[in-house]
Amino acid sequence: MADFLYVFRGGGFQQLSPEQMQKHMQAWGTWIGELSKRGQFKGGDPLEPGGKQVKGKKKTVVDGPFAEAKDLVGGYFLVTADSLDDAAELARGCPILEVDGAVEVRPIRKM
Amino acid sequence: MTAAADRAALRQALPLSPDAERGVVVEHLFRHEAGRLAAALVRVLGPANLDLAEDVVQETLCHALEVWKMGRVPDNPAAWLRASARNRALDLLRRQRTRTRLAPEVAQLHGELAPAVDAAFTDDALRVEQLRMMFACCDARLRPAVQVALVLKLLCGFGVDEVAHAFLASPAAIEKRLARGKAALRRAGALADLSDPQLARRLEAVLDALYLLFNEGYHGAHPEMAVRAELCAEAIRLARALAEDPATAQPRTFALLALMCLHAARLPGRLDARGALVPLEEQDRSAWDRALAAEGARWLSRAVSEPPTALLLEAAIAAEHCFAPSFAATDWRAIVTLYDALYAQHPTPVVALNRAIALAQVDGPERGLEELQALPGRDRLARYPFYFAALGELHLRAGRAREAAEEFRRALRLARSPAERRHFQRKLAAGRDLAHRRCPPPAP
Repeated sequence: MADFLYVFRGGGFQQLSPEQMQKHMQAWGTWIGELSKRGQFKGGDPLEPGGKQVKGKKKTVVDGPFAEAKDLVGGYFLVTADSLDDAAELARGCPILEVDGAVEVRPIRKM
Repeated sequence: MTAAADRAALRQALPLSPDAERGVVVEHLFRHEAGRLAAALVRVLGPANLDLAEDVVQETLCHALEVWKMGRVPDNPAAWLRASARNRALDLLRRQRTRTRLAPEVAQLHGELAPAVDAAFTDDALRVEQLRMMFACCDARLRPAVQVALVLKLLCGFGVDEVAHAFLASPAAIEKRLARGKAALRRAGALADLSDPQLARRLEAVLDALYLLFNEGYHGAHPEMAVRAELCAEAIRLARALAEDPATAQPRTFALLALMCLHAARLPGRLDARGALVPLEEQDRSAWDRALAAEGARWLSRAVSEPPTALLLEAAIAAEHCFAPSFAATDWRAIVTLYDALYAQHPTPVVALNRAIALAQVDGPERGLEELQALPGRDRLARYPFYFAALGELHLRAGRAREAAEEFRRALRLARSPAERRHFQRKLAAGRDLAHRRCPPPAP
């Protein structure tokens, strides 16, 4: 078993009706429930859209990131899976894919 | 869909009890809250800013979804949504005021903003604003089809595509209908107050629109049972809101609500697994929703008025059916008497038709046929399939298979939905069976 980070990008609901939004939320609940039941869900959070960036040797603090909506990171999960392929397969169940979003699957490097 | 799945879908869509709205992320929470928030925001921002109010609702729901979808639903989701919408509205107004500072005479119109906005989001205000919005949507100057589309969009939180789906119309046509309705709302300025003496007169239009919405579900042509049950459920939900406010709690409101509950209670037995109408005498009465029937009876007891309104009489007839232990044990004589009273008020051929059918249960098929064939205004039923189906049914009971088949074929040609078509086809087949039993084919 290894640990993986899911980074959720994009995925808009502006065009969804309220009922579709509720269905979408329930789909997330179902997906998370399945991951948890198999002991593969280790946690995760949604992220606020804005924030600050601290950059360079001068340690300047600027507002941002202001990514395009489709690239904006909306949240992350930590999961465990047998392999990268397995983790990617699990990510295919993520409802964000139904609303044009993407899941970036990144193995967490072991020391 | 299997019969069991169909029934499950139905149970979900039906308003089993008013308490069902309390729990955590209840069914339809998003769209019901969308309706409440839109009305509250229109109070804050004014009907002229209806589109802005709808945008704020959408943003509020999107924001909730972002946070909640990752398994963090607050204990009281409705309160969370209301607080979030309230903050957005307040932000909007503050920005607006900053802008209007440049024009001091406008700026002074605003007092302290926060209390004014808060006042629109109390439980009581949300309830009252829903009713005011209901009256605004059901303005008698708007076409009924526009009224009902507005109700679904603004009060029930349907998306344009969902309104279109419910009416089997194109989204473009619904857009147009909604645009017309919303333009009228914007033009009308402030929504009427519930204390407005004009309101009593306008209640009729609201009740008519809710009845129309209900009938779209109950008698409509939509092939999906779940969609139809949902329209019925929405009409009942909104009628309950009217029945529970002193300004609109009147016998005619109770009568409509009673009628809708008593009809909807029988929805789960009304269509079979293939979507065919099941005749009353063959319906599985144990599938009927007893809680909803009991609610209907409670409203009916408060609906009594002198003279009885047509709605009250219709509700009383529905109650007779709803609480009869079986088709045979139905008090048909009471039903005929009620139809007599209804016909006196509302002399339409359809009422006469239903009266004749009930009469046939009391005095036999020949008497029913006699009535049907001499029905006043029966030329107006020339395109109504159930007139011919009733003739066919009574011929069938009288043992005249050939005449019955002829009438059922007529009904079939006039059927307006797949459910009706299948029902008449089954009747036609039943007639054929009878003919075979009567004249067995010659032995080889």
